[in-house]
Amino acid sequence: MSEKLIDSGNNAAAMAVQLAAAEVIAAYPITPQTPLTEKLSELIAAGEMDAEYVAVESEHSALGVCIGAASAGVRAFTATSSNGLLYMSEQLHWAAGARLPMVMCVVNRGIGAPWSVWNDHQDAMSQRDAGWIQLFAKDHQEIVDITLKAFRLAELVHIPVMVNYDGYYLSHTYMPFELPDAAAVKEFLPAYEYAHALDPQKPESLNTVTLPDSRNDTNGVKQPGYMDIRHNLHQEMRLAMDVLEEIDADYQQRFGRGGAPILDPYCCEDAEYIVVAMGTIANQFRDVVDRLRQEDGLKVGVLALQVYRPFPTAKIAETLQSAKGVMVYEKGLSYGNQGALYADLKSALYPYPARPQLHNFIVGLGGRDIRTEDLCQTLKTACQQDDLSAPEQTDAPQWIGLQL
Amino acid sequence: MPDPRFKVLTSASTSGPGDAGRTGSWRVERPVLDYSRCIPAKTGKSACHLCWLYCPDNVVSKAIEPQIDLEYCKGCGICAEECPAQAIEMVSEENFVAGGENE
Repeated sequence: MSEKLIDSGNNAAAMAVQLAAAEVIAAYPITPQTPLTEKLSELIAAGEMDAEYVAVESEHSALGVCIGAASAGVRAFTATSSNGLLYMSEQLHWAAGARLPMVMCVVNRGIGAPWSVWNDHQDAMSQRDAGWIQLFAKDHQEIVDITLKAFRLAELVHIPVMVNYDGYYLSHTYMPFELPDAAAVKEFLPAYEYAHALDPQKPESLNTVTLPDSRNDTNGVKQPGYMDIRHNLHQEMRLAMDVLEEIDADYQQRFGRGGAPILDPYCCEDAEYIVVAMGTIANQFRDVVDRLRQEDGLKVGVLALQVYRPFPTAKIAETLQSAKGVMVYEKGLSYGNQGALYADLKSALYPYPARPQLHNFIVGLGGRDIRTEDLCQTLKTACQQDDLSAPEQTDAPQWIGLQL
Repeated sequence: MPDPRFKVLTSASTSGPGDAGRTGSWRVERPVLDYSRCIPAKTGKSACHLCWLYCPDNVVSKAIEPQIDLEYCKGCGICAEECPAQAIEMVSEENFVAGGENE
């Protein structure tokens, strides 16, 4: 039986991992992720979850343990935040290059220095080129649903998946959500069988020095070189978007929720101006959209980006190309340039002749309050700014809520 | 069931000669075995075989008269170093090319 609960986002994630029957959990506590891994360790200690909890001394080791477990064909899970994710960085690239399926929840938090425990997206953005699939949840129900779909996705495409959700906004708040029936989840997510699992009967060295050129192995079989392996990681990561849609369709049929695994539009059908955002701020914008439509008669909509890597280039460009203006609100940036999401969007729209005006807003870094009033005002102003005479000025990110 | 759309190229290797290509071309010095000193060759027994055990490229055979596969031997000299009977001498490859001093 599925179950309706009111609980925290971290507990929602832990219960999803329990339902997914992860077999190895290795994690190091870091705010705001800590309650998630504490909950998992409690479930294992109480015998409610049949998994090995490996207490490690760092995030680098946490992912190392997951890499080992996944190499042996075991379903592995870890979670972290902020500087913990950065400490894993080397291993992130390793897990992806080795094509090891696993799932990690990243409870998004600003990066030090200066030290901050509050939310933004700089941690995930900084790891966007590591070869992981990056998904973003907007509420507790999505944390549960996306985490379950993430395990199946990772195991089908052999690429590790990061499930991002906003620290505090989701991790520590309580919301109602539905937890699917365990037996039904088992059918949706069958036991993990890794085709390349380590086998003591057939010893191999994995991911040792791989030559620039392809080579014949000891059995005379052609083996790929480094560049070939990396090329296929890219190609198959692009293809993973199709697989995510297939998985979502199956999930929707079984559990009744889904239909927007990549882009989640709100009031976008007739919108002249579309906000693009990831995570909870996209939900906050639904109120803004309602208000501007009602009070100002502005045809605005908001498009939540649920998948940041692989970047849904064609899908997002098709959705946005006929809009008059697109406003990207993001909680992170590529320092010295502009918002990373904004730059990706701009590049996706480049081939389309009728591309919209673009605006980039930076909000909520290190937990700076994101006031709905500020979102309304900046969006309204941007909508009325049709004629952009100085592109280099409008292209620069605008910081919202600065207290300088 | 693996999805045919996903080839999942990874890097894996098994130990054996040739896993890094025709490494014999890397060789500067060649191991030359003197069977009059070699313990298995002298005793006619499968004994010692430290050259076989220590070779990092698995190119020495575990035979009564051990054979070295020069197609893949990189000439590292570990076998010569480990041989307790000093039966292996590392000889410069210059001696084996046409016009070399012993040719």
